[in-house]
Amino acid sequence: MSDHNIKLPLDTTRRKLLATLAAAPLLLTVMGAGRPGSPATRTIPSSGEALPLIGLGSWISFNVGNDKAARDANAEVIRSFFQAGGRLIDSSPMYGSAQEVIGYSLNRLGHYPELFAADKVWISGSENGRVQIEKSRQLWGVERFDLLQVHNLLSWEEHLPTLFAMKANGKLRYVGITTSHGRRHGNMEQLMRSQPLDFVQLTYNLEDREAEQRLLPLALERGIAVIVNRPFQQGALLRRLARHPLPPWAAEIDCTSWAQFALKFVISHLAVTCAIPATSSVTHVMENMGAAMGRLPDKTMRTRMATYVDNL
Amino acid sequence: MSEWWTYSLRDLLLFSPRTYYRLFELYNLDMWPLQLVTVAIGCAVLLLWQHGGATAGRIVAALLALCWLWVAWAYHWQRYATINWAASYFAVAFALQAILLVWLGVVRGMFISHRVTGRRQRMGLGLIAYALFCYPLLGPVLGRSWLQSEIFGMAPDPTALAMLGTLLLYSARPLWWLYPVPVVWCLISGATLWAMAPLDH
Repeated sequence: MSDHNIKLPLDTTRRKLLATLAAAPLLLTVMGAGRPGSPATRTIPSSGEALPLIGLGSWISFNVGNDKAARDANAEVIRSFFQAGGRLIDSSPMYGSAQEVIGYSLNRLGHYPELFAADKVWISGSENGRVQIEKSRQLWGVERFDLLQVHNLLSWEEHLPTLFAMKANGKLRYVGITTSHGRRHGNMEQLMRSQPLDFVQLTYNLEDREAEQRLLPLALERGIAVIVNRPFQQGALLRRLARHPLPPWAAEIDCTSWAQFALKFVISHLAVTCAIPATSSVTHVMENMGAAMGRLPDKTMRTRMATYVDNL
Repeated sequence: MSEWWTYSLRDLLLFSPRTYYRLFELYNLDMWPLQLVTVAIGCAVLLLWQHGGATAGRIVAALLALCWLWVAWAYHWQRYATINWAASYFAVAFALQAILLVWLGVVRGMFISHRVTGRRQRMGLGLIAYALFCYPLLGPVLGRSWLQSEIFGMAPDPTALAMLGTLLLYSARPLWWLYPVPVVWCLISGATLWAMAPLDH
């Protein structure tokens, strides 16, 4: 457990919340500069458990089928991720062979006590969901998942009772829901208000900032951890940014690349618990993990970053 | 997936171009030298069309059915399905095309050599020649390894293109039942390649 957490009160009122948000830049600056070599963490509001601010997604990057060379390369990515202090790996039955490749990689590593295993259920029907969850667990080769999420809110009415029951029986630690590409934010908001969720997963990045309006403040208010997907817009954002030089003032927040610039923007939002960039490159894993080290942007800097990218 | 129609093609892409083309590389290495056989089958289709006759038409239909069935099993079911869950449906569609070829071409003998001329002949022969001899060269020309070549009878794209070319050469009346699967496949594959294009570097 890391010693540089940012703990949020579970019963935060809106007024306290705003005060916390106002103080966030200072907190982030202090907490972000943690133990040398280890990534900054943020706590999961429902438990107080610390999670590194950078996780590992598996969309596309881990879907390599039976290609042994590519599987071995992915295993090295996971090894490097753990060595750099990472914990949360996220996948879904929708991601082709990604779950199987994660299982292959974990099996190669043999020992992975750091792992925070996050997966999803993505199928219609309660019983189908139970079968799919068990199949996913076997593909990962883990005793149990830490977090299971209803993927894109598909059949959430049927799956959430299953997931809450699993949590009550000790077969699961956290329950969540996901969306992406800015879709179904209205439904997500309703569920965040009505269900005892531990996590939500949504899209948030330098260009897709709709979540700032309602979902991220609501997550803080309700004490729900937030996983951010598509921090690079599946690479499209970085391809656009790569046409321009990194601004010199990026050094003020210890950014050495556009990837770190984009990630630091995401994880510096107080509501964000973990961003999950996907990559199949060890170099990129190290670069991504670097975003959770050093200084994080304060409110003024965040505005400057967003404005700068808007004007490119 | 709910609201799937609101996603762009690129949002639905499940794999990287690197993984996609590695699939062909590993497939070609596993199956070598079967590629020589399938290209020979493609050449035989051309020669049998030139020869003409009811028996030749039946043999052409049988050879094409064999290719479609092989692609359904060896490519879609065994390999592509490992990175794309939709490939199992593609496998069924390709197997269905093989069944239709057997039923209409072999059993009912509807592959009647028809001396088409002019534009239709040029299009038919052009499509078959492109599928057999040009399509495998596209990858190397675009900078990929020649091991990743997509070859008629092994890979779905050239197989579908050659099928369409053959249909243009046979029968005075179009065999409409044999068009949907290759045409839809060309659209799906074209969409996949288009979605991968900005990532393919």
